[in-house]
Amino acid sequence: MFDNLTQRLSHVVKNLRGQGRLTEANVQDALREVRVALLEADVALPVVRDFIARVKEKALGAEVLKSLTPGQMLIGVVHKELTHLMGEQAAPLSFATQPPAVFLMAGLQGAGKTTSSGKLVRVIREQGRKKVLLVSCDVYRPAAIEQLKLVSAQAEADFFPSVPEQKPIDIARAALDHAKKHFYDVLIVDTAGRLHVDAAMMDEIKALHAFLKPVETLFVVDAMQGQDAVNTAKAFNDTLPLTGVILTKLDGDARGGAALSVRHITGKPIKLVGVGEKLSGIEVFHPERMASRVLGMGDVLSLIEEAHKAVDHAEAMKTVQKLKSGKGFDLEDFKAQMQQMKKLGGLSSLMDKLPGAGQIGAGDLAQGEKQMVRIEGIINSMTPAERRNPALLKASRKRRIAAGSGVQVQDVNRLLTQFEQAQKMMKSMGKGGLSKMMRGMKGMMPGMR
Amino acid sequence: MFGFLKSRKTQPVPATEVATEEVAPVAVEVVAEAASESAATAKSSWAQRLKSGLARTRSTFTSQVAGLFGVGAKIDEALFEELETVLLSADVGVEATQHLIDKLRGRVKRERLTEASQLRDALKAELVDLLAPLEKPLDIDNSKPFVIMLAGVNGAGKTTTIGKLARRFQAQNKSVLLAAGDTFRAAAREQLAEWGRRNNVEVISSRAGDPAAVIYDAIQSARSRGIDVVLADTAGRLPTQLHLMEEIRKVKRVIQKADINAPHEVLLVLDANIGQNALMQVKAFDEALGLTGLVMTKLDGTAKGGVIAALAKRQPVPVRFIGVGEGLEDLQPFRVAEFVDALFA
Repeated sequence: MFDNLTQRLSHVVKNLRGQGRLTEANVQDALREVRVALLEADVALPVVRDFIARVKEKALGAEVLKSLTPGQMLIGVVHKELTHLMGEQAAPLSFATQPPAVFLMAGLQGAGKTTSSGKLVRVIREQGRKKVLLVSCDVYRPAAIEQLKLVSAQAEADFFPSVPEQKPIDIARAALDHAKKHFYDVLIVDTAGRLHVDAAMMDEIKALHAFLKPVETLFVVDAMQGQDAVNTAKAFNDTLPLTGVILTKLDGDARGGAALSVRHITGKPIKLVGVGEKLSGIEVFHPERMASRVLGMGDVLSLIEEAHKAVDHAEAMKTVQKLKSGKGFDLEDFKAQMQQMKKLGGLSSLMDKLPGAGQIGAGDLAQGEKQMVRIEGIINSMTPAERRNPALLKASRKRRIAAGSGVQVQDVNRLLTQFEQAQKMMKSMGKGGLSKMMRGMKGMMPGMR
Repeated sequence: MFGFLKSRKTQPVPATEVATEEVAPVAVEVVAEAASESAATAKSSWAQRLKSGLARTRSTFTSQVAGLFGVGAKIDEALFEELETVLLSADVGVEATQHLIDKLRGRVKRERLTEASQLRDALKAELVDLLAPLEKPLDIDNSKPFVIMLAGVNGAGKTTTIGKLARRFQAQNKSVLLAAGDTFRAAAREQLAEWGRRNNVEVISSRAGDPAAVIYDAIQSARSRGIDVVLADTAGRLPTQLHLMEEIRKVKRVIQKADINAPHEVLLVLDANIGQNALMQVKAFDEALGLTGLVMTKLDGTAKGGVIAALAKRQPVPVRFIGVGEGLEDLQPFRVAEFVDALFA
């Protein structure tokens, strides 16, 4: 739906080829495209403005690397700045207090506070704190307390019961008292979703905070939030001394510009991200990955990195060359490549970011992903010798492999055809560049038109 | 819409409280206007609700726009640029913003507008033009039961919307049955049951996990009891969770088995706080279910779902209701003229 930033830029910088430096004149149009890309990613306008100014400052006069176009160079600068703005590295949760360490959850309605509370248990346990107590101060939404109770049970953590007739502050007092008496390591306090403009509700959470003196006050933000993220973040940050942010629903296809807005406005680190509804769906925040996502450009970056390396170590080029010639590229590499793809977040997120891949439907991708698992299975059923030299594979071996991986011989044959195409693709990468590679990839992935 | 419209120079601090008071007299005026439009007594209270719900939008928007359209100011490039800023900050999105600005430029040329203040009415007119196709109130025909299926991403406000809809239909003397199709999220069933209790409406739910079966049962039961409207809740899902999108397709298929004409209405619930991703959501759910309408919730904050304009441009689906508050009556039909008026009052 949205044009990829790289694609946009490639239009703008077409006439910039051969210029050795980024200058005021030649970045002007390109920066406008960056601006549009950020706005489409829901980064708030004031944040975009500040950001563009910074990028401009950094980019002007930067020397264009041999192997890069000015456009790529600019994206490099943008990405670096974006990563910088997102906070360089992951920020850990703090437990630096006399137990129980209180975690207070705050955010708008439907941001994902209760689900995140349950997910937090897992993160806390991983860091060696065993005894966790959860309590809900949401006396407003129907069945909110029941929800946290069920979530706590799923997370195998203790739940401190409360009822809607109680006052939130009384619930908090009782829960804290209980946590102290029973030597809990951590007390997670879930609160009702509230609008930042609802003064009474904001006062309530302020009072809760003052009483609980939490070591972590976590602001829960929906990754899909739009321009208004600056307002909510500002208001919550003004009311509560936030210590960190949890970004939820990151498994959607929103680019998550809200992350940047919130980070920029509050200056507080994004500590965790929520993906999916399962309680295991929580991860440490990676600023770098988020930067790529906001820009919609995972792959191009690695290409840029590749180019950087090429400049630095001519040695590495040789290996790449060997790969590109298609000679050393065997089924083992093929498998490794697929695993790498998986690490990058699977086909869908990868294809999303490749220019020109927009027309591939999501359903096709899901099929492709299933197919990838199957392909891995098939390759795993081969002997090392077969993987190195697929020419060995004749009818009888194929039957064995098919039986071993639970597929039909046709599937094995299909894999081999795909592998040959991939080999060709590696070769063409050296010559034709990305667009040609894309064509190759579409051919390689089954079920794609 | 137009939640927070700050000027280029100010820091992003929405001085909402102060601004709200400033525009209060104007608000009253429009309430009166809206009320006179319709004889229904309920109308004025709805207009009032819309007013107060959108007060924050209007205040920020008005103070912003008033500055732009100040008396004696001339139309120039800087003004258009400011206008662009205003629209973008309201989540209108790049494409729809560009569209509106282009239209405005055309109008300025055609009608030889020179005063900045004239631009205000022009922008209003353009917004009304753009949004007009989305105003199609939900029409409940004589199908018995009339099945309404709700879908949306997690936390959009589906269950709350069902509670409010149930109340609304009851007020129209329709009997209502709720189907607790969210069998996934913890306590979703209990949440709907609570809404049922408050409205004195029966809720069909099941401890076992198949949403399609629950809704099927609800429709059967509604038919045998002569219930007018069935509201079917579903679990929140992100369009990227393909297996869940597949599941909701199945839910719709099974509903069709219970009644070949059902669901008579498929509503997507959108959170006004959501930015440009709303476009993706509408697209994905429309592909999966064939949407017949939208409900935009949480319009009582400072986010005002300007994304409606982006939708009008890209993926026009009628907006059936908007939610402007937490009360049971705060879910109201979407009326473009009033909506835009409210924003500019």
